Amino acid sequence: MTAAVYQQIVFWVLAVVIGFSAIRVVTSSNVIHAALYLVGTLLGAAGMYILLVAEFVAWVQVLVYVGAIVVLMLFGLMLTRAPIGKGKYDNDQRPLAALCAAAVFGVTSWIMIDAFEGKSIDLSGNVRSTAEGIGDLIFSKYVLPFEVVSMLLLAALVGAVVIARRDPSPGADTRSAPGKGVQE
Amino acid sequence: MPVSFFLVLSALLFSIGVYGVLARQHAVLVLLSIELMLNAVNVNLVAFSAYLQDAGLAGQVFALFVIAVAAAEVGVGLAIVILIYRNRASVDVDDLSLMKW
Repeated sequence: MTAAVYQQIVFWVLAVVIGFSAIRVVTSSNVIHAALYLVGTLLGAAGMYILLVAEFVAWVQVLVYVGAIVVLMLFGLMLTRAPIGKGKYDNDQRPLAALCAAAVFGVTSWIMIDAFEGKSIDLSGNVRSTAEGIGDLIFSKYVLPFEVVSMLLLAALVGAVVIARRDPSPGADTRSAPGKGVQE
Repeated sequence: MPVSFFLVLSALLFSIGVYGVLARQHAVLVLLSIELMLNAVNVNLVAFSAYLQDAGLAGQVFALFVIAVAAAEVGVGLAIVILIYRNRASVDVDDLSLMKW
């Protein structure tokens, strides 16, 4: 078998993993399971990046998404005291939402297939590491967006701490007094 | 590999995220669906980066930026969700009609 056949096999395996776990994320009736199925989707996407010779993005995905964001989500589910187990987490507009999602999928995939019919990605050569090139680009051409992103992360960090901090005034029960929580 | 394979996969991921945002009630689950949509964008960016090899690695750099912005968004979003839970003892997005006209 040639390398192209192996690439096809890897693509379809990853596509099945991504599709199945993404559907379970939005249909699972257990919030913890939904968050854990998101890990499957993110790891499948990381495998897809490796298939596309973007291994640096793949490892950043594993570190930041699977390592940080999913753990944050699990903390969020814990702190909101989600009932572990079955529960009702969907609203009444599921058929309408499914119709809307199917319309989005139909239109976008039709446009994509129409625009890129017959075009293919050349994955045969050029399998050298891309981390060096990404580092060069970030610190030369894209250094201004990079600094803006770092300022954004700092602002988000400070903002999250300010928003989620408990009201320090003594004797104030924030839950019984709605609207008092955010006042400094 | 046809480039449309990756694009259709990313469209599928994005529309699953759209369904989740529209049909879910728990605020953290809505955030999970938004992560699905951001991931679809990343798959698209990396696929185009591999497709347009002459244009350099700009797509992968943008994917990294999207990942960073997603991390910031999740941090602030979860802080807001926890504050809402503390004030109203509920994280159902359907109950949060305070700002509805």
